[in-house]
Amino acid sequence: MQPNVLTWSAAGTPGEHDYAVTGIDSKKLGMWAFLASECLFFGALISSYLLYRTRGPADQRPGDVFDIPYTSVSSFVLLMSSLTMVLALAAIQQGDHRRLRLWLLATAMLGAVFVGGQVYEFTVFTHEGLNISSSVAATSFFVLTGFHGMHVTVGVLWLLSLVGMSMQGELPVSRSLDVEIAGLYWHFVDVVWIVIFTIVYLVPL
Amino acid sequence: MAVATSAPSRLFERPETETGFWSWISTVDHKRIGILYGVSAFLFFLVGGVEALLLRSQLATPNGDLLAANEYNQLFTMHGTTMIFLVVMPLAAAFGNYLVPLMIGARDVAFPRLNAFGYWAFLAGGLFLYASFLLGGAPDGGWFGYAPQTIGQFNPGNGIDFWLIGLVITGLSSLTSAINFIITTLNLRAPGMTLLRMPVFVWMNTVVSFLLLFAIPIITVAFFELYFDRNFGANFFNANEGGDPVLWQHLFWLFGHPEVYILILPAFGIVSEIVPVFARKALFSYAVAVFSGVAIGFMGWGVWAHHMFAVGLGPVANATFAVSTILISVPTGIMIFNWLGTIWGGNVRLRTPMLFAVGFIAMFTIGGLSGATHTIVPHDYQQTDTYYVVAHFHYVLFGGSILGLFAGAYYWFPKVTGKMLGERLGKLHFWLIFAGFNLTFGPMHILGLQGQPRRTYTYPEGMGWDLWNLVASLGAAVIALSVLVFIVNVVRTVKSPERAPEDPWDARTLEWATDSPPPEYNFAQIPVVHSTDAFWHQKYTRDDGGRLVRIPTGGAGGENPTWTTERPLDHGGVGNGHHGHGGHGHGGDGIHMPSRSYYPALAAAGLPLIGFGAIYGWWWGALGALVVMAGVFGWGREPLSEPASE
Repeated sequence: MQPNVLTWSAAGTPGEHDYAVTGIDSKKLGMWAFLASECLFFGALISSYLLYRTRGPADQRPGDVFDIPYTSVSSFVLLMSSLTMVLALAAIQQGDHRRLRLWLLATAMLGAVFVGGQVYEFTVFTHEGLNISSSVAATSFFVLTGFHGMHVTVGVLWLLSLVGMSMQGELPVSRSLDVEIAGLYWHFVDVVWIVIFTIVYLVPL
Repeated sequence: MAVATSAPSRLFERPETETGFWSWISTVDHKRIGILYGVSAFLFFLVGGVEALLLRSQLATPNGDLLAANEYNQLFTMHGTTMIFLVVMPLAAAFGNYLVPLMIGARDVAFPRLNAFGYWAFLAGGLFLYASFLLGGAPDGGWFGYAPQTIGQFNPGNGIDFWLIGLVITGLSSLTSAINFIITTLNLRAPGMTLLRMPVFVWMNTVVSFLLLFAIPIITVAFFELYFDRNFGANFFNANEGGDPVLWQHLFWLFGHPEVYILILPAFGIVSEIVPVFARKALFSYAVAVFSGVAIGFMGWGVWAHHMFAVGLGPVANATFAVSTILISVPTGIMIFNWLGTIWGGNVRLRTPMLFAVGFIAMFTIGGLSGATHTIVPHDYQQTDTYYVVAHFHYVLFGGSILGLFAGAYYWFPKVTGKMLGERLGKLHFWLIFAGFNLTFGPMHILGLQGQPRRTYTYPEGMGWDLWNLVASLGAAVIALSVLVFIVNVVRTVKSPERAPEDPWDARTLEWATDSPPPEYNFAQIPVVHSTDAFWHQKYTRDDGGRLVRIPTGGAGGENPTWTTERPLDHGGVGNGHHGHGGHGHGGDGIHMPSRSYYPALAAAGLPLIGFGAIYGWWWGALGALVVMAGVFGWGREPLSEPASE
């Protein structure tokens, strides 16, 4: 009855992904906001490491026990998981649910290999006499890389739960956004590792 | 009727109740969550107030012996922590939750269940923090928790661990609510509600949300680092092992100064809504006010080390932060002139909300001026750790935030409840709190300049501090009396059958363009917005002589420039909004609302269990992790709303 009256039901339910003034889906925008927050989280941890990396007795710093070829391989594994994540998203967007599960599982497995590699690395360091109490450099190293490993672990659980949902038929093509959002998180965790690997392992003391 | 059994395996049936206890546990309605935030935060306000009264009783006379030193330390720590994290922040979240969707013409927030989770996480964190009183003693390191005083070696016991974990949990709540507010404001604005037509309160809420988004992770890292120091032999802040206690101060204040704006900007927004209504004038220089608020948000990141002038960062750092602190007082001062310029020449009505708003402007200005004196570094050396600082931040946080929040409580009470708070008791409340506040905190300027140290449980006779300490303690009693008056007023109003008028203040913004209290779906028809103060322009226009004339109501015809406020309840044929909405995701015919859910509360309930695990052993943590995962998986598999009934 009035020309400029607009009802919401025509434009979708608020809170679901069909009404968005910016044109970007709310869930995706929310994930971007969360990742912006995560930048500061890792920023504070990296700052602590940068402050402390050269402190403490010279033989009690993580730099002495690094096995750079080993960590390079596990970093490569993690980076490859971003590729499989992209393939998973492409698969669901094409409606190929078998491939979706395959690539999601591959991504989760590569992530799990990376986390396993970190557990092994930490174990070796501990046997070589470097633990969280050895020096402030060791403290900040273990806490920074440990929190990154926690993030990868959460990502692996998330990917596995998507696989489970897909197997039960709860992840139709119309919910490909759920895979995309998990992918945003996964890629972020990878990118952060590039920064951490460079600063912690590659930049000389 | 959507029946829960139609969905695949569920932990719980979809909640059906629309009233009673479980309807509040399972609600995802932003208005109900706003009320939950408000009521819980007010209860914490009473607890924090009792703590303050105990502190002031101890200090009323020299050599007070009401409290032992360690009890005093616990109480001042919990007073500060409570008032900041469990009172002012959630009260701001209460107003934001209730008002932002209404003000931007939305039916709900972007993430209704995440929003519910945020509330329950706040409550869980607060109760976890208070559990420390029963479990071996509350934290006693101050709200700033300076290391190394708080590392295990110097502060054994679990108090600090409760503090760290409790605040990580409330931080999670702040983070989720920040994301929810940002996306709601960006994505769910009604047609025509451009960014520069949003009410100033929505703007300030957005700035606060961005501050939280970036400040919370920093303090979370600091909390984790201190927790690792205390429990896992890490050495972040242990100077004996090469750790640097100043790192704690940097991380804390890099969060802590934006936090100051997190606490004050919501009150800026509230006052910016109230002053134009009661001066019957549009806000003076709306865009300048908005950009000043945004500028405060940006500059708030560059001033943190003014809390650390006495640390010894060196003259260059001190001078830099002194200058940036002077600069940030410019946009803050501009906003004061926005309010004064609005009042100037206005047709001012001194109703209770306006009294509180004007009190806010005056008291905040005093607090701002004493803050400006801190920018003079040598002067700050003299003031550091004295009652002068206590006086300063209570003028901005009590005289500022709390008076501003009370102004909002009086202003929006008829919106939330449909009833007007009593005007006589309201005015009595204002004058009592205004007098009590100045009696309490005014003399602390003098005490501070005379050298009385803060955070100290007693003082000897003969220091010349007796009189003003007694005055301050009597003032605290007056504040307590004023809060009692407020409670009496609320109880009497809620019990009274008298209904408030539809638009009691002749308001300007969209939240008044619907019923009071609003229906679950907020607006039967989504408004189309053509200007700032959209509701006002629907009611008033200017005649040929430029005078304000009221547009006759009821004639929803061609000359009405915007939308209709006619309610479908009155006019059966209008639009598709409707009466008799059910609780299963249907706001009315054609209006589809998110359904209730138990999972957000369940997920949040696991958080304190994980917290106990971090203190008492992994089995608690494993139990908590299971609860959280049950909540998260149930949440992920349950659709936001049930499909519409056939």
